[in-house]
Amino acid sequence: MKKNNIFLIYGTVIAAYIIIQLLMSAGAVTSSLRGQLVPICAYIVMAVSLNLTVGVLGELSLGHAGFMSIGAFTGVVACMSLESALPPTLPRFVISLLVGAAFAGVAGFLIGIPVLRLNGDYLAIVTLAFGEIIKNIINCLYVGIDSRGLHLSFLTNSDALNLEEGGTVIINGPMGIAGITKLSTFTFGFALVLVALFIVLNLIRSRAGRAIMALRDNRIAAESIGINVTKYKLMAFVTSSALAGAAGTLFALNYSTITAAKFNFNTSILVLVFVVLGGLGNIWGSIIATTVLVILPELLREFNDYRMLVYAIVLILVMLATNNATFKNTLRELVNKIIPEKLIKRKEGTTDGNS
Amino acid sequence: MTFLSYLISGLSLGSVYAIIALGYTMVYGIAKMLNFAHGDVIMVGAYVCFFAMTRWGINPVFGILLAMAVCTVLGVIIERLAYKPLRAVPSLFVLITAIGMSYFLQNAAQLLWTPNPKVFTSVVGNASIKLFDGQLSISVIAIVTIAACFVIMAVLSWYINNTKMGKAMRACSEDKGAAQLMGISVNLTISVTFAIGSALAAVAGVLLCSAYPTLMPTTGAMPGIKAFTAAVFGGIGSIPGAMIGGIMLGIIEIFGKGYISTQLSDAVVFAVLIIVLLVKPTGILGKQINEKV
Amino acid sequence: MATPERPDVKLVPVPSTNIIPERDVDKEPILEARNLGIDFGGLVAVDKFDMAIGRTEIAGLIGPNGAGKTTVFNLFTKVYQPTRGSILLDGRDIQNMTTVQVNRAGIARTFQNIRLFGNLSVEDNVKLGLHNQINYGMWTGILRLPGYWKSEKLMHERAMELLSIFDMQRYASHRAGSLPYGAQRRLEIVRALATNPSLLLLDEPAAGMNPSETAELMKNIVKVRDTFKIAILLIEHDMNLVMGICEGICVLNFGKIIAKGTPSQIQNNPEVIEAYLGKKKEG
Repeated sequence: MKKNNIFLIYGTVIAAYIIIQLLMSAGAVTSSLRGQLVPICAYIVMAVSLNLTVGVLGELSLGHAGFMSIGAFTGVVACMSLESALPPTLPRFVISLLVGAAFAGVAGFLIGIPVLRLNGDYLAIVTLAFGEIIKNIINCLYVGIDSRGLHLSFLTNSDALNLEEGGTVIINGPMGIAGITKLSTFTFGFALVLVALFIVLNLIRSRAGRAIMALRDNRIAAESIGINVTKYKLMAFVTSSALAGAAGTLFALNYSTITAAKFNFNTSILVLVFVVLGGLGNIWGSIIATTVLVILPELLREFNDYRMLVYAIVLILVMLATNNATFKNTLRELVNKIIPEKLIKRKEGTTDGNS
Repeated sequence: MTFLSYLISGLSLGSVYAIIALGYTMVYGIAKMLNFAHGDVIMVGAYVCFFAMTRWGINPVFGILLAMAVCTVLGVIIERLAYKPLRAVPSLFVLITAIGMSYFLQNAAQLLWTPNPKVFTSVVGNASIKLFDGQLSISVIAIVTIAACFVIMAVLSWYINNTKMGKAMRACSEDKGAAQLMGISVNLTISVTFAIGSALAAVAGVLLCSAYPTLMPTTGAMPGIKAFTAAVFGGIGSIPGAMIGGIMLGIIEIFGKGYISTQLSDAVVFAVLIIVLLVKPTGILGKQINEKV
Repeated sequence: MATPERPDVKLVPVPSTNIIPERDVDKEPILEARNLGIDFGGLVAVDKFDMAIGRTEIAGLIGPNGAGKTTVFNLFTKVYQPTRGSILLDGRDIQNMTTVQVNRAGIARTFQNIRLFGNLSVEDNVKLGLHNQINYGMWTGILRLPGYWKSEKLMHERAMELLSIFDMQRYASHRAGSLPYGAQRRLEIVRALATNPSLLLLDEPAAGMNPSETAELMKNIVKVRDTFKIAILLIEHDMNLVMGICEGICVLNFGKIIAKGTPSQIQNNPEVIEAYLGKKKEG
């Protein structure tokens, strides 16, 4: 099987959507799982976009949540400002998403220019730093709206916005945004996943995507055949940031309140774990890993207090199992003991017969 | 006067960062990995010392020694179980394992010691020295922390440069394969490095909680990230670099809090880091390594 | 071993810094290095390097290990910025160009330690060489506009054509990193050729090849020059290859040129023999 088999990816995602919709209409989906559907979609978009930076471009980013945060806040501000001017949900949702993506993309561009000159762990630490800076800045940001338009204030408090009578505070510093109308639905989330997949998969399999992968495999060789390093690094980084911004808007419009603290270093790391466990450059793997790892803590509910501990142990064991030869062999022997050899052999036999 | 008092608290906080950063940088230098669980070893050290002092009424000095012993063992075990099997794979995979280890330590601490914050009693009490007719007050813990940092730095530098094990460490950080061929036990050397780094983390944990007395399972996370930043700031892999980076970071943070804004102090710290890295892409004392074409 | 046939050329001196085959004499050399030099922190790696390469010449750069041959390539491709001297490519000074611009201006190279895009397919490696030849934008690619299909088809055809020079079409869908060593070296040449260079720099193209592969390579290098009408400068330790196909040879030792001339002149040059074999004892 090829790493990024597009028909498999699109097919499975669409099938999963239909199955879940059917299950929901049959009432077979628990409310806790139902609550996870939009976050799963948002995290899939996050993982797919981060995979573009880490797996396809080959640069470690530890601040992806920062772009999600920018998308979340700008998208929600756009959504709330347009509430009276544009009552229908769908166009308002789409515009908010585009605003979130645009702001995050611009931030990605501004950050990318200086940052992408660095290498390896130094680049990683600077992305981490930018993630933290973005969080800090949003924590000090106050935005309100009244009949005269948007008001901005920094480092003060909501009174400094000088809002008219009847104006509303949207971003209230460290308290974030409250009273969001939840626009995100599973269908919207699913549509965004498809769009993200379309963009990333088509980008990878085009002239620009090849150039990005060439930088990952061998920067010096890429330069020697005339590939503009900065241009393609930025292209990957900005696309990745913009998609993260859209994911942020989707995520934020699923909750009534959001704060900047939600998009901290741990969120960046969480998404990075999805990407690495799914396989670098493997889009299909990112989708699976995200879905499993978002649902896993829910499934571990019976362990209650121990669930995050179990999660941590699973994470370590998976890393050992996928990367250590001795560990892998022991595991294989164990599997062979549990599953009788005959069963495996017969399976092989049938495939041979068919071909 | 405020300037002086900011400077001293900056130096004191910076000393804690420097001690943690030493552990980061030593491990990075030798194992070429970012040990994200290092910050949580700090937290374990602080808890051990806390229980030694409050539950069992042990003298603070022995409390610190006990914490160091526990963390040393913990560090070595972590390395053996989680990192050693992954020595041959790309560092990104080890990074994820380290993150898993960090989650594990935090959640284990939550189960063992509950998520409720504990109030840490300073190992040297809350005394302070008043200078200039009481205009400037310096806490004893600040002085102890700064002194501890300089003593640790001096001893560590001597150890790295003058002992056989120190030489082995430097050899392993240059080229593990060649070191092995020269008869150096790479496994032992890496274990010793983790042991030293973790023992230092315990000291840092106790000093940190003595100055900022809230102890929780997540106490180590943010100082861990800051110290990691400090190590990069100074040039990761360089021991004097970690020291300079840590102290500068502490001073910038306290000045940022005092003169700019409490909420933005972290942003100021990270902004300075970014500027430093843009001017010197491998940190203040980092070595520039060019890929051979 | 059979030496591939090549047109008999007579080297004639030109007012420039080198000797150039007769057929290229009336034209400006494709590349001219004048008094080129680079220091690495006080260490003089290359000094007083003068060389001219004819438009369709196959030239050789030889010398003992550590003589500075690859450094010269790195200077020509601006991986290093020269400390002294100038390089004229087709009469244009490349002083202010980057590696990328130098490639676009017409110099392509291969590497001593192979540098392929190991995770990509052989075809993709060649298509990357065509990156600046066949162009379409990022959104054309993402949205799969007609320009995408047209250009990709063109790229595929061109890539296959280039691969056929070394008879490598059947490898097209293989991972480049999984190819045998000799094939990887050939693929690097194809990728470099895809950038449509006027000067091709080959860094030890025959390293690690067996004699029959080397003989095949010699034929192919001449074929490439004859088909594309380009100049080729190669670094090589295999003297059969160098003496067999190079028209002009430049010998480097300790960063300085010690001899220039035709293969027969070089073979009989006492200084060259000394550099390679050491000084002969008197008597």
